[in-house]
Amino acid sequence: MADFVSGFWNAYVMVLVFLSIGFCVFVLVSNTTKRTSGPVGLHDHVWDETLQEYNNPLPRWWMYMFWITIIFAIAYLSMYPGFGNNQGKLGWSAVGQWEAEQKAAAEKYGPIFAKFRTMDLNAVAGDKEANAMGQRLFVTYCAQCHGADAKGAKGFPNLTDADWLYGGEPETIKTTLLGGRQGMMPPFGPALGADGVKDVANFVRSLSGLAHDSLRAQRGKELFTQNCVACHGPEGKGTPALGAPNLTDKTWLYSSAEATIIETVTNGRTNKMPAFQEFLGEDKVHLLAGYVLSLSKNVAAPAEEKK
Amino acid sequence: MAQSNHDFIERKVGWLIVLTLLTVSIGGLVEIVPLFHMKSTTTPVEGLKPYDPVRLVGRDVYIREGCYNCHSQMIRPFRAETERYGHYSVAGEYVYDHPFQWGSKRTGPDLARVGGRYSDQWHRIHLLNPRDVVPESNMPAFAWLDRPAKADDIEAKMIALRRVGVPYSDDEIKGARKELEGKTELDALIAYLQGMGTALNAGKTAVAAVAQAPAASEAPAEAPAPAAAPEKQ
Repeated sequence: MADFVSGFWNAYVMVLVFLSIGFCVFVLVSNTTKRTSGPVGLHDHVWDETLQEYNNPLPRWWMYMFWITIIFAIAYLSMYPGFGNNQGKLGWSAVGQWEAEQKAAAEKYGPIFAKFRTMDLNAVAGDKEANAMGQRLFVTYCAQCHGADAKGAKGFPNLTDADWLYGGEPETIKTTLLGGRQGMMPPFGPALGADGVKDVANFVRSLSGLAHDSLRAQRGKELFTQNCVACHGPEGKGTPALGAPNLTDKTWLYSSAEATIIETVTNGRTNKMPAFQEFLGEDKVHLLAGYVLSLSKNVAAPAEEKK
Repeated sequence: MAQSNHDFIERKVGWLIVLTLLTVSIGGLVEIVPLFHMKSTTTPVEGLKPYDPVRLVGRDVYIREGCYNCHSQMIRPFRAETERYGHYSVAGEYVYDHPFQWGSKRTGPDLARVGGRYSDQWHRIHLLNPRDVVPESNMPAFAWLDRPAKADDIEAKMIALRRVGVPYSDDEIKGARKELEGKTELDALIAYLQGMGTALNAGKTAVAAVAQAPAASEAPAEAPAPAAAPEKQ
């Protein structure tokens, strides 16, 4: 596809291509000599006093190969874009080829996606085929952050447990995938001071029964009530609507170490789950949501059996 | 006659050089020069903005660290690529890249649309030590990037870019150093990465751009008519 700013460039390309091919023809023709019987002439060059070369005609098969390249060039330029603005007889374009690929894929895979799209997410999570597809999608698009095993890392939620920052309802998971999430914990370092932060950290540790300084926790409780309950709730159980984590369970996004909690409270945290609606589209997101849902279900089931 | 031409070229070295250069340059004259005069290669896509100073510095870090050796910035129009990376790249996205960072090798993934695909925090961890987030990664750790970004030559860089056609205003150049205050190389590189390919996003804008493409080729399609006419005569 050539969209030149002026017709000149179109003519420029055509003239140069025409001249180039014409020049090749000229060189070939002017170097074609008929084979004659009798002795062959010599080249003018003389090396080392008497050394001279026969002026044999060029081998015919070799000349034919050059003619073939010229024929190929003309045939190519007539069929494919290249000769100025000419689109070529085949009407080929890179974008056209891509669109054909997309169309073929839509015809092949479309019905499969359509089948799951109308299914309830819980049903998708229980479907073997859907999970196999979901896993492939997960490994391609999600594993970079959440890990190939979906167990996450520091700052990237584990998706295989039953704990959810924004709630584990099927539609909530899908909403998260489609629109992304923006997690934000404001910094409390300036407001609480180093000592206050340490007190709060000890109180937070006490909520989930971790080792803590009870005196500090006592003081921290008051600070917690003043500063933290708006998001984390009076009992520290979190608010899924805000993505504020439950502080009383054993799940920690950034580790439960006192130093890490102090870091979190002092500097705050900003975290982001990117939105995938535009990039992946609803069909794939639906399968992914089903797969993610299945991960925590599979984990939850054996845990209950143990009891 | 052919014989004497041959002799002439072979015996006069000056002519041999000139004619060789002419022959070799035809390819470039046909394939490269006209590209400078095409709408699709010279018109920025809608929404494309010149790199702000922070991203510009990040881009220089990208070049300095040789990221282009392993990462391309060019999504080709193949389904296998658009499924993984997003909408294929179009020429108008690179109008402000001097030089572009298309690259030619993918040891790592293509980065043309990496903007917004990961969180800033992910990039921070990943650049300092990729294994912390992707255990099987073979990307080197760029552990030294958390240091102040070089800001003292930013005006000169922007003026140089303006000379080759990037529309920076005087105010933007004047305020550049201020924008870089307190930024680390890591911040700058992440800002660069997060902006990558976002001007033309998958979805509405991409569809619009594709729809524009055939329309753009229609306008100059009238041009061949007069050009072809003299040949017939």
